[in-house]
Amino acid sequence: MTVIEAENISKRYIIDHIKGNAKGNTLREIVTDNIKNLFTKKVSEEISHEDFWALKDVSFKIEQGDRVGIIGSNGAGKSTLLKVLSRITEPTLGKINIKGRVASLLEVGTGFHPELSGRENIFLNGAILGMKRQDIKNQFDAIVDFAGVEQFLDTPVKRYSSGMYVRLGFAISAHLEPEILIVDEVLAVGDADFQRKCLGKMKDASTSGRTILFVSHNLTAVQGLCNKGMFMKKGQLIEMGETNQVLATYLSHVQKTALESWWLTPEEAPGNDRVRLKSIKLLPQFLDGQKHIDVRTKFKIQIEFWNMLEGANLNLSLHLNSLTGECIFNIGTTSKTFDKGIVTAECEIPDNYLNDGSYSISFMVVKDTSSVVFNFEEALIFEIEDYREGTSWYGKWPGYVRPKIDFHISQLELESVS
Amino acid sequence: MQETVIQAGRSEKYYWQDLWRFKELLLILALRDITVKYKQTFVGIAWAVFRPVLTVSVFVFAFDKVAKIENKSAIPLQIIIFTGVIFWNFFAMSFQQVSNSITGNANLVSKVYFPRLLMPLSSVAVPLLDFLVGFAVMIPFLIYKGYPPTFHILFVPFFLILSFLASFSLGVIFASLNVQYRDFQQIVPLIVQYGFFVCPIAYPIASIQELSWYPIYQWINPLAGIIEGFRWCLIPNYHYFQWDTIIPSVVFVTITTILSVVFFRKKENSFVDFI
Repeated sequence: MTVIEAENISKRYIIDHIKGNAKGNTLREIVTDNIKNLFTKKVSEEISHEDFWALKDVSFKIEQGDRVGIIGSNGAGKSTLLKVLSRITEPTLGKINIKGRVASLLEVGTGFHPELSGRENIFLNGAILGMKRQDIKNQFDAIVDFAGVEQFLDTPVKRYSSGMYVRLGFAISAHLEPEILIVDEVLAVGDADFQRKCLGKMKDASTSGRTILFVSHNLTAVQGLCNKGMFMKKGQLIEMGETNQVLATYLSHVQKTALESWWLTPEEAPGNDRVRLKSIKLLPQFLDGQKHIDVRTKFKIQIEFWNMLEGANLNLSLHLNSLTGECIFNIGTTSKTFDKGIVTAECEIPDNYLNDGSYSISFMVVKDTSSVVFNFEEALIFEIEDYREGTSWYGKWPGYVRPKIDFHISQLELESVS
Repeated sequence: MQETVIQAGRSEKYYWQDLWRFKELLLILALRDITVKYKQTFVGIAWAVFRPVLTVSVFVFAFDKVAKIENKSAIPLQIIIFTGVIFWNFFAMSFQQVSNSITGNANLVSKVYFPRLLMPLSSVAVPLLDFLVGFAVMIPFLIYKGYPPTFHILFVPFFLILSFLASFSLGVIFASLNVQYRDFQQIVPLIVQYGFFVCPIAYPIASIQELSWYPIYQWINPLAGIIEGFRWCLIPNYHYFQWDTIIPSVVFVTITTILSVVFFRKKENSFVDFI
């Protein structure tokens, strides 16, 4: 049974840009602006309004019992979508049909009053989240037990540690028993033990027929809990489907501009039945204030891969290529015996060595220094930016290497050439 | 199974049902305000007694003993002031609490769904409690002074409700406007402060009734009628109040209540965007 059906949900916010002599939009400013306009002949469009679509044409269907993980970069519209589903804010366009009671956990400890004790806050928070007083009474012991705050039930909540606060807040929400539970990134706080408990509770909830929508940046958690995923970017739903598929799309979107590629499980990683690439990372050593790798930056290349061969002599052979395909250099590790598991390799490229430009790294895992186990072509693509000092010429510096070699020039003799 | 449809401008149908469904929350929020106010105080709820007693003493000192306001009525100024202060405290505090109820609960507005009208409604709890305590202290005082209340006292709830509607409607308008323009929370203390002098609280209405512009005053200041009605309930033979003087107040209050709720409902959905 479809429990949530959303059609073309859009949410618009209007951003004011203040130009010219207009001051803004507090009451005083609006009044003074209008008075000013009375006295000047100019009627200028001084405050321009920009439409910001936090959600644009989002449509989806969620079935009963689904555990949907909503992922995306910051600002993608995930929290806005949850707010619309929770009826906290109205959509500008579109329609949603929901079957069942919705309980939202958008923040842990919503409505907690610091002066009230734990006990009082349980009733307060429970009522705010929509629980009837009798339900709270019935679940009271279970809530206290889950949170582990029995000793502190009568102390004001302002004295709780942040961990206790979060545990109590989640404990109350976890016992809400709604048909649809919406959770927004609340696992970001809390220790590993707590997160495990929360995920466990959410999993239990779904086995009893409840539907869960879960926003998180913790991709392992999403993978562990959810059977479906929704990938959002810039207010739009890019993909919805089976979790691993959506995660893969998300990762590929994110990493086009990053200095690293990594994969969560061997199954989805590139490779074969003997080796699979786990991650390849560029770790630059930036100077103060630097944000991008340039010719002065020293950086490490770190590679990790899953090895499925028992007791094999392996080494890594790395090619640094220009984007036109020319090999700049080829370096290799020594050959060692490795067991099944994860193997890591690292090298450091010196500063003032490579010229600016785009490069790609390909590497091979080699067995017994002779047979290629797998060739990872273009495992990582990166750019080195230009930096000039001591010259006023700004054309493209030729060559693949740009080493800092001392090159002296000085006056030897005066006027001996006729 | 509960079915909900979310669409722009569609929240009307569910709103009043939801208000009923969330009635427990109203109680809980009221209880929360009361508990928080008196927690961690040593004297506790006795403050609700001290406040009016202190206020009355100070005003009697200032207006009766020092300024010697001309008391054109037959009733001692102390009684005029006591009854006025008990009433005014309720009105003023309700107005202040209601106008602050949305911005003061910003965390709830942005994170949880419930009909927002519950917040101004629940914020009247503390003023109401203070009123009841002050009222309980006032009755022995009236008896002691030789003015035991008659059966008119049964009409007190009527005037209390009028006062509640007046402060609620004004407060709700301010609360809605305050979310977007925080200037309004600055105006509230001024209204309370000056309203105290404009209304016949520290002086008897007899002093104004003979003035030529009294009929206009009656229409502009609906509270005057309500205060006098309140006094009529408590003080025997209070002939400064006739039932026809209450009509402008009732009309005014009814209209403002309806308008304020409509205004609030219109603005409600945008609270979260400005808060």
